[in-house]
Parts: sequence; C-alpha cells; structure tokens
Amino acid sequence: MNVKVLALLFLWPLGLMAQGFSGLGTDAEGFATPGPDPTFAFPADHGAHPDYRIEWWYLTANLSGLDGTKYGLQWTLFRSALAPGEAAGWQSPQIWFAHAAVTTPDQHFATERFARGGIGQAGVQANPFRAWIDEWTLEGPDFDTMTLSAQGADFGYDMSLAAKGPLVFHGDNGYSVKSAEGQASYYYSQPFFDISGTLALPTGKVTVTGTAWLDREWSSQPLSDQQSGWDWFSLSFAGGSKLMGFQLRQTDGTHYTASTWIEPDGQTTAYPDGAFTATPLTDSTVAGRQIPTTWRVTLPAQGLDANVTAVNPAAWMGLSVPYWEGPVTVSGSHTGQGYLEMTGYE
Amino acid sequence: MIRSCLLALLSHWRRNPLQLFAYLAGLALATALWSGVQAINAEARASYDAAAATLGDGQFDVLVPRQGDSISLEQYVTLRRSGWLVSPVVDGRLGDVRLVGIDPVTSPTGLGAIETEGADNPFETVFATKETALKLDPAVQVTLDAGMAPGLAVGDIGIVQRLLQRDDLTRLVVLPGQPLDQPALSSVAPGLRVQPAQQVADVAQLTDSFHLNLTAFGLLSFAVGLFIVHSTIGLAFEQRRGMIRTLRSLGVPLKTLIAMIALEMMTLALIGAGLGIILGYLIAALLLPDVAATLRGLYGAEISGTLKLRASWWGSGMLLAVVGTAAALSSRIWQIAHMPLLASVRPRAWVTATASRFRLQSIGAILLLGAAVPVALLGSGLLAGFALLGCLLIGAALALPAVAAAVLTVLERRTITPIWGWFWADTRQQLPGLSLALMALLLAVSANIGVSTMVSSFRLTFVAFLDQRLAPELFVQTETADQSAALATFLQSREVEVLPLLKTETTVANLPVELYGVRVGPTYRTSWVFLDAAPAAWDLVEKGEAVVVNEQFARRADLWVGDRLRLPSELTVPIAAVVGDYGNPQGQVIVSEQRFAGLYPDIYPDRFGIRTQDAALLRAAIVEAVGIDDGAFTAQEAIKALSLEVFEKTFVVTSALNILTLGVAGFAILMSLLTLADLRVPQLAPVWALGLTRRRLGWLEVVRAVLLAGIVFVCAIPMGLALAWILLSVINVEAFGWKLPMYLFPFEYLRLGVYALIAAFLAAAWPALRLMRTPPATLLRVFASER
Repeated sequence: MNVKVLALLFLWPLGLMAQGFSGLGTDAEGFATPGPDPTFAFPADHGAHPDYRIEWWYLTANLSGLDGTKYGLQWTLFRSALAPGEAAGWQSPQIWFAHAAVTTPDQHFATERFARGGIGQAGVQANPFRAWIDEWTLEGPDFDTMTLSAQGADFGYDMSLAAKGPLVFHGDNGYSVKSAEGQASYYYSQPFFDISGTLALPTGKVTVTGTAWLDREWSSQPLSDQQSGWDWFSLSFAGGSKLMGFQLRQTDGTHYTASTWIEPDGQTTAYPDGAFTATPLTDSTVAGRQIPTTWRVTLPAQGLDANVTAVNPAAWMGLSVPYWEGPVTVSGSHTGQGYLEMTGYE
Repeated sequence: MIRSCLLALLSHWRRNPLQLFAYLAGLALATALWSGVQAINAEARASYDAAAATLGDGQFDVLVPRQGDSISLEQYVTLRRSGWLVSPVVDGRLGDVRLVGIDPVTSPTGLGAIETEGADNPFETVFATKETALKLDPAVQVTLDAGMAPGLAVGDIGIVQRLLQRDDLTRLVVLPGQPLDQPALSSVAPGLRVQPAQQVADVAQLTDSFHLNLTAFGLLSFAVGLFIVHSTIGLAFEQRRGMIRTLRSLGVPLKTLIAMIALEMMTLALIGAGLGIILGYLIAALLLPDVAATLRGLYGAEISGTLKLRASWWGSGMLLAVVGTAAALSSRIWQIAHMPLLASVRPRAWVTATASRFRLQSIGAILLLGAAVPVALLGSGLLAGFALLGCLLIGAALALPAVAAAVLTVLERRTITPIWGWFWADTRQQLPGLSLALMALLLAVSANIGVSTMVSSFRLTFVAFLDQRLAPELFVQTETADQSAALATFLQSREVEVLPLLKTETTVANLPVELYGVRVGPTYRTSWVFLDAAPAAWDLVEKGEAVVVNEQFARRADLWVGDRLRLPSELTVPIAAVVGDYGNPQGQVIVSEQRFAGLYPDIYPDRFGIRTQDAALLRAAIVEAVGIDDGAFTAQEAIKALSLEVFEKTFVVTSALNILTLGVAGFAILMSLLTLADLRVPQLAPVWALGLTRRRLGWLEVVRAVLLAGIVFVCAIPMGLALAWILLSVINVEAFGWKLPMYLFPFEYLRLGVYALIAAFLAAAWPALRLMRTPPATLLRVFASER
C-alpha cells in the first residue's frame, strides 16, 4: 500500500496516528460517540463496534530470552470505518490494518497488513474470541487464554497468553477523556498477561517469556484538532503495581495528561489532567528525526519520580503511518519495565 | 539601410510567388509527414505509459487460473488467510471500455497515479479520461482523470464487480515481501499458477516495431520534402545573384547582407515548418483512429483516439525543418561570401551538369550499396534491418542520375534525326536540375512497390492461414468441466469430426508459451500447411512422440524441426513441424490430446471445433441437448471476418502513407520543372528560332518528363522488390517473429508504373502549357543584348 492510497484512506479521519492529526476534530457524522458512565457487556464488547469510527486491539509485551536478553513485541489490529455499520462483501465500509513488531536491544523489525471488511480477510469475533487479519491471529476460548501469531518477511512469532488478573478500566469506568473540550473514547485493558513462546528472527528462533498488556479502545472522535501527537506509557513496576499514563501534545505547547494507577490486585485510581507528567530528557536521532528516548515521569500522588529509557532507541515503526514504539526500562523511585509509544514526531 | 535592403530581398518572392510557394510547401510537406507520424507515436507511447502507471502491468508476479479466467473470492481469502500476500483484480469489458477493479487497500500500487482528490467517495466511482467516460453508461459515476490510460476505467473492486455483474476475480497480484512461512501454492490453491512478472507481455516492446515502421515512413517523406527545399533555395539564390551584386555594390556590408539573408530564409522556414506542423496534426488526427484499431487488434494495446499537442513531436518537426533548411542554406551563403563583388550575373552553375558532381554521387552510391552487403550478412535485429533498408534506398537514389545519364547517352547515340538528337542532349543537360525530384520519385515508387508487395503477400498468406486455422464450421466455448464432458458425449453420438482444444500457459525452453492439446484427425492432417516438417509429422504427434510449434516460438527459441524440446513434465520430445502462425505474438507448442492430459489431468477442453455440413442445425441440437448458451457459439465466418478486419486496418494506415509520399514526389517534379522553365528560355529560343513550334516544344517537354519517369520506374522495380524482401524476411521476422512468403504482383506494379507516369505527365503539363503560351517576344528577347 503506498502513500497515495493511504492519503485516500485519510480522506476519512482514520484516527490515532494520522500525520498532523488534521481532521480528527471534525464532527463524527453518523457515527456513534462515546458517552459517560458506560456499561460494558462482555464478551460482546471484546468484539468489534462497527458503528464507531475507530477501534483497536493493541498488545505489547516485555520479554526475556533464556540468556536474559530483553525483547519487546507488538501486535495491533486496527479497525477504521469509512461509514458506520457493516455490509457484506466489498460493500463493507470497514477497513482493517495491523502492525506487528519485534524489538531486540540492537534491532527492530516491523511490518503491516491491510484488509477490507466484509469478505472474511480480517475481523474480530467476541465469543469464542478471535481477532485476525490474513494469517495473523489473536484467539482463544475466552479473553483470558489466547494464542498470538504474526509474521513478516524477516521475522515472526508464536506466543501463548494467560491472564493473571482482572480487566482494568481507564478514566471514569472506561470512559477516557482525551481533551479539555471533551473528546473521549472507551478504554479498558488487560495488563496482567503472562506470555511465552518463540520469536523467529533472522539469526534463528528464540524462546522467550515475559508479561503482556492488551489495550482495547474505540471511539469516533478521539482527538481535539489542537492536538498534534501523543506520548503513551504502560509501565509495570517491581512491586506488582502498574501505570498507564499519556500526554497529548497540543499545538500551543501545553499538554493534556491522564493516567491510571493499577494496584497488583487490579484496583485502579484514575488521575485528572496535570497529575501525571512526562518530560523528555534526551533525544535520539531515529529515521532522520529527533525522538525523545529517555523521559522523566512523575505521579506525585503515588510518589513516582522515575526515568524511562528505551531498550532500543531505534524502535521506529517505518510503516505507512510512521511512529515510535518499543520496550522501556524504568529506574528511580520505582523500577520496572514497560512500553512507550510516541506519535506525531515529524 | 537595413529596411530597404530587406525590402529588396523580399521583393524577389513577390516577383516569384511560385518559388515562395514551393519553398513553403516543401518545408510544410516535409515537416507535416514527419511530425504527423511522430504525433501518432507520441500519443501511443503516452497511452502505454499511462496504462503501465495506472495498472502496474508487468511489475509484479500474478496468480492466474490454470483454466478459464475466474478466481473466486473464497480462493482469495483462503490465500490471504494462509499467508499469501496477494491483491485481487477484476478485469473485464463493458462495451468499448476496459474496466479494471482493484482493491486500493491491498494493491501494491494502490490507485497509483490516479487523482483521487476529485472524488467524493473513491470507492463509489470509477476513474477515466473524459473520452472514455463518454463511452460508459451515464448511470455510472465517473471521476475524470486526464492521466488515465485511454479506453480504461479503474475503480474499486466493489463498484467494478457491480458494473460487470460478476462476483469473481480475474487475477491476484503477488505483493513484494512475502512472509517467512507460507504453504506451497499447490496445496492452498491448486487451480492457480504463478505468472512471473517479466512474462506479462510488455506492450511498449511489442509495439515498438510498429512505431519504428511509422518513423521510417516519416523520415522518408521528410527526406523527399527536403529535396524540394534544397532545390528551391538553390534556384532562389541563382536568381538573386544580380540583386546581391547590386546591393553589395551599393555598399551593404557582406556580414549584414548574409545575416539578413539568413534571417529572411530562416523566418520563412519557420513559417513553412509551422504550416507543416498544422498539416501534420491534421494527418495524425485522420490516421489515429486506424492506428489505434490496428494496435488494439494486433497487440491488444489501447491508445487514445484523441490527439494532444505535445512538445516532443512538434518540437522535433520544427528542429528538423530548421536544421535541414540551415544545411541547404549554408552552402549558398558560403558561395555569396566567396563571390567576387562584380561577378557575372549570368545564371550559371545551378543547372549545369558537372561531371565531378555525378562522380561524387556515384561514389556515394557505391559506398552505400557496398555497405548494404555486410549489413545484410552480419547484421541482426530490427535496427540492422532498417540500416539495410536505408543503405539500399539512399544508395540507389544517389546512383539514379548517373544511371539515367548513361541510358540517355545510349539513346542519343542511336538517333539520327537532328530534333531527337537535340532532345536527348537537352534531356541529359537538364538531368542535374531534375535529379533531386527524380530521386524523390524513385524513393516514393520503390517504397510503393515494396510496401504493396508486402501488404498483398501478407493478405494472401493470411487468408490461406485463416482457411487452415478456421477449418471447423462451428466453434463452441464451454464454461464448466461438466458442460465440457456433456458436450463431448453428445458430439460422440453425432458422428462428426470434433476438435477439442486443451490449452494452458506454461514455460518451455525458458519462454512463455501457450501449450495446446489437440485431437489429431483428418482436419489437421489435410488443412494444416507446415513451413517445415519431418515425414509423417502428425503421426508422431498423435503417438505423443513429437510436438508441433509455431514459427514465433521456433525463432525465439532458436529451434527447428528435429531439435528436441523439454516439456514441463521433464519429458523431452523432438519438434516434428513448424507451422506459420500469423497475427499472433505468442509462442505456441502443440501436443496430442493424450499427452496433454498426462501433463495436466485437471484441465478439460473448453473449446471445441466441429466439422459439420449444417452448422445451424447442429448448433440448435447442442443448445437443446447440452443446454449450452447460444452465445457460446461462434460461426467460422464471423471469426474470419473479424480477423480480416483487423488486418485491413493495418493496411489502411500503410497505404495512406504511401499515397502521401507519392504525392510529395509528384509535387517535387512539378516544382523542379516550374523553376527550370524560366532558366530554359535561352536554351529553347534558338530551337524555336530554327523552326520548332512552341506547341511542339511543349509536347517534347511532356514527353521528356514521362520518359524520365519511365526510367525511374524501371529502376524502382528491383529497388521495390529488394525493399519488399527486406520487409518480409528481415524486418517482419524481427518485429513480429514470423517470416512471410513473398509473392509477386506484376499487374500491381504495372498499375503503379502507370500512376508514376501519370504523375509525371500531370507535373509536366503545366510548365509545358506555359511554354506553349510564351509570347514570341520573350523568346526573341534572348537574342537581344539584355542578358
């Protein structure tokens, strides 16, 4: 898929990582929009919501090889609707695309897939859970026990996942506000996955184990047109607690932040704009641009003041929509590891 | 001073409007044919480029069905779900328009160069040029895109499937960067095969030879046109020697004078060339529809039917005209620069025969004709073919004046009467002045003979070939294996000869070929004519011990009868025969039905030829008994008519260009005679004074022109035949991959001869009439001291 086609797709706001994020503040004509006090119905809500403009199943994992080498893994399936609803065959307004990546301390592999809805090439079914695009799958008898696979021309993986904790809901019971003007999405996670399996790398197969974090989010209008990109952190600390924190960078230089503190048993505390801070410390030159790959993150209410450092600063996703996504380590008031995603760095 | 000087120079044209006309018309004709042909070529190339850019044809491997042209949506999804990164394409025709549906989301080129900005919803519209849009149903939502290939509408697969009323796919494009783990194609989709990218015929390459042909014609006409310009410039300068001397004597500096002359002639050249480009545009616009039909028929290449003004062709026409004029002008300017200030004004050298010039021309002719020999023996490729053509034509043209002079000398020696003695000597004396026009006529007549020989040979061979290939009276196309089997069973009961055709595309000897399985029977044995064959060739094929190949394949693979060929099954068999296969760019290998079934057990015959006395009756019986749709039948006559029509279009283009070149040559003769007329008054006046009437003199002028044309025609016959041979046996083989047998058409040549004589007669008639009406005073003045 070339840039021109992508431009075509972006005639309709695709959401999330569109360059410059232009157009995302427009009215969600005909699409359902998230509202406060949501009631989720599972397993149905693990499946697709075709009346909303965008949706994703976003899995990241911090892995270790038998020799202690750190690895990162990403598997993301996106749904983007040109119009609300679903139709059979090529008439379907749904477009699917997916990203897969593996990060090693000195290498980064990434690839992507595209599919039309309505013909069976890609989709998500809630019960039993099955998300797929081409031969890539995330599936299992339920949302807690799954297998995961993806491959590209030079890498691939086959993994098993088992949830060791409950689902957690961000914002106000899963209603996650994304700007002062009130743009919002539905957002919940399963951050308690144990994961194990095999990475296929050009140097051979590597057996790995670790932890994984799955995000579910859907919306029709996630960003304000004043916002130019975001920095998103999912961190797991040594004591078993976890943090989801993001800052949306605004064109006037200010930030909108939100965060969720997750106790080891899954209890959550959501914090409003300004509680969580993220400050870039050092930049790396990646794919010809300056990207902050060391950050200072704070959440005073939880006594957090730590540095977040990329395992491999070169974790650039040079795909149709380029962004940075890779594993990180945490040091300072808390230690641990996690994943960092940064979009909108042009 | 400059102003009056310019006025003086320009006054020459006012006094000689005919010369001005000849100069402008010569340039216009030269530029017209050249730029017209280039305009057609440029249009075609732009169309090919647009097609390549919009569809990415030939850039990627594709998966195609082993049989038929339909792939189901399920097959596509199954392939994707198993890790085969492919993108679907549906390709069909809606009336005159080729409709291609792609999935922009997975396509490797996406919508490519298509401008999507104009569309409200690119998934609900097709993209096409304005011209193509007009051919589509008004109900179809079309977004105009001038960059699209002509005759092509591209849209999302969903809308295109709806328009074509089908729900299947035509082919799957294999994307670059396939994943690590992938099952074998044979296990996921056994009905499909990979067609490698480079094997998709490159349209531009296929059609190159056709365009080279056109270019050669354009260049030929350009050369003839420049002959006219050259002789006109020469004449104009001779006549202006007096004026130049006067201007110089009055004190006009040499440099100023040269600059003004150059400015004047080049300005006129630009006007002439400009007129030529307008003419060229008209010629191209007239010929383009036929050229488009030819290219579509021969190669399936779509080219635009409307002409655009492109700098590439009008620029090259302008440049050639200016450079050609400048070359002709430079020698004249050199003469002025070196002319003594008070040189004689007597019209001199231009028409005077100089032995040295003839000798120089003859040496050139010998060199060129000599060069043709090694080119013919050692050269290969299309370019060598054209080089050979060029050497022969130009060499012969250069040799023509010397040959004609020799003939005239012989005739002169044989006459005893004084009038005829004078006539021959006078003719010989005029030869240099006419030689350029005669050379032009020679080129035109030999091109005419050569091309008409080729065209007629082609037609004879092709009609015979159609009779051989389309021997069955009825053809039936089946849709499914069941239908095919039912038809076979039904036909078995009817006791008619059935020719089932099994077909697949594969690679043999590293070349893409169509592999056919045929049932060897009386029809093949009696009606197929081989170019070369082993004894009992069909018997060997029937036993599965040999194959028949078409000439295109044999030449490309450099194999011939007796050579061995490895079939896809690792089986090696000899070639029993090579068969002529005209009008088809594809290589073909033919094996027996049984052998084919052994190689491809899954492929069923989907096309049947049937020998029957009563095609209509059998057709009705099949429709009723087997339930085959009436549209699946083709009568032999219909196919034949369609094939012939395609070839007729090809010939229309060639013969139109032929007539144009002959016309230009006739015009050259007229202009030469007209410009010579004034100069010849001093030569004719004494003869008139001796008692020959003006009427008689006029008739003698006509006889002379017709006689010279006769000599040219006699020389043109061997030239034309040589040209035909090169076209049929060298250029055709290189361009199309087949050799055509050469037939001779004496009556056709005779007719051409008559045309050439008529052209000469018409060209001479006007000057002769003028001579007959020359006032005696003008002739008398020759004897006064005015000159």
